[in-house]
Amino acid sequence: MSYQGKFRVWRGDDSGGALEDFTVEVNEGEVVLDIIHRLQATQAPDLAVRWNCKAGKCGSCSAEINGRPRLLCMTRMSVFDESETITVTPMRTFPIIRDLVTDVSFNYTKAREVPSFAPPKDLAPGEYRMQQVDVERSQEFRKCIECFLCQNTCHVVRDHEENKEVFSGPRFLMRVAELEMHPLDTADRVDQAQDDHGLGYCNITKCCSEVCPEHIHITDNALIPMKERVADRKYDPIVWLGNKLFRRS
Amino acid sequence: MARAEIAARTLRTDRWWLPPLTTFVGLLLISIYAAFRTFQGDYYWVDQYHYLTPMYSPCLTEECVPAASHFGQWFPALPGFLTPPVIIIPFLLGFRITCYYYRKAYYRAAWASPPACAVAEPHSKYTGETRFPLIAQNLHRYFFYAASILLLINIYDAVLAFGTGVGLGNIILLVNVALLGAYTLSCHSCRHIAGGRLKHFSKHPVRYWMWTQISKLNNRHMLLAWASLIFVCLTDLYVALVASGTISDLRFIN
Repeated sequence: MSYQGKFRVWRGDDSGGALEDFTVEVNEGEVVLDIIHRLQATQAPDLAVRWNCKAGKCGSCSAEINGRPRLLCMTRMSVFDESETITVTPMRTFPIIRDLVTDVSFNYTKAREVPSFAPPKDLAPGEYRMQQVDVERSQEFRKCIECFLCQNTCHVVRDHEENKEVFSGPRFLMRVAELEMHPLDTADRVDQAQDDHGLGYCNITKCCSEVCPEHIHITDNALIPMKERVADRKYDPIVWLGNKLFRRS
Repeated sequence: MARAEIAARTLRTDRWWLPPLTTFVGLLLISIYAAFRTFQGDYYWVDQYHYLTPMYSPCLTEECVPAASHFGQWFPALPGFLTPPVIIIPFLLGFRITCYYYRKAYYRAAWASPPACAVAEPHSKYTGETRFPLIAQNLHRYFFYAASILLLINIYDAVLAFGTGVGLGNIILLVNVALLGAYTLSCHSCRHIAGGRLKHFSKHPVRYWMWTQISKLNNRHMLLAWASLIFVCLTDLYVALVASGTISDLRFIN
């Protein structure tokens, strides 16, 4: 069953651009990325779109569909009415390269700012031993496909470009949480989270969790536990006293 | 390089404004009701059946009905328009205001920061919870401790009311403390204190078990936050209606 779908796609680059209207054939079972590919093949051969796996695992085809941050390959056409005009735009938070392709290097810069896993000095690779219950919290965060939809939707940087310097965004605060919760990591991640990665900027409005295509509970399982650990360290004199009395590190 | 030139505040076509509007109206109505009942200073105790509304528990000042002061009258009568609940309301309010769920709710609904995901906020500057006053949100755990004590007192009140028999009011007080208990236990700070702060669950099996159970409740924190808030108001309304003689309590066992 096919129909002619109405689309508005943002076309342009960093010197300017606009939404352009297209009518494209839509077939049963297709996703938005299929339509973008048909658009490329039939009407706009120079339309730029980044994609790779078409299976929601590579995190390449992030964009905004009807204003909502989503993966093009995981958004079924069947969720829209046939009469609906579907708007496809690039991620707003990152600089535009062309059409639907943005420069996501902000995320790579932030990734490099997170110190890597720091196992105990007397433990060589191959000697790591840990219980499953100790690592499974961190493992949830390893599902991340780095589509950067959470980074894109987070209002701290989406609406305030000036915060990009001090705020690493949910993806990398989650990376800090992953390492902090790792049973063999010895680095001090708590102060880093607050002072170097801007955890205090997060006001836990949960948009990162809402848009995550892997359904990771970013806010509940990574950001809030990190905020609680920061509260232990910086804002809780009872914990501080307990640590002193019982000589906990 | 610049961002894509898109002038619209949002391109969302769904009714994104509905959830924040509903939240705003809900919180506003409940705030108005709670303020009215707090400053009414009456109809909080049903002497015949020993029902005490949770909004006035514990009743600690000298203007309290003596039978309603289960833990004594620690404070003199309050001056002017002040009523007994003003002593406990700051702790209950503090617990809700600093709650991680309610923060999301009112940051979106009342402060539009952001109003909804991928909808631009109207503020030109944003510092989040890094500065005063919002840095005080880190005090949530202290309000959790205070709210836990108040919960135990509410449980005591609900049990004490069974001394006169069993009526619909007893069931309502019981459901109320069950919902308040579930909301308090599902708190993120409680989850952290119970076991979340540990790095090695395997070394603390009891705390790990507690953490897993609290995590299940924590998944429903929003639901419990609303259910307990609305039910506290309904409980108070029922006690007020019975205390004022507007309705009579439905008795099962007298």
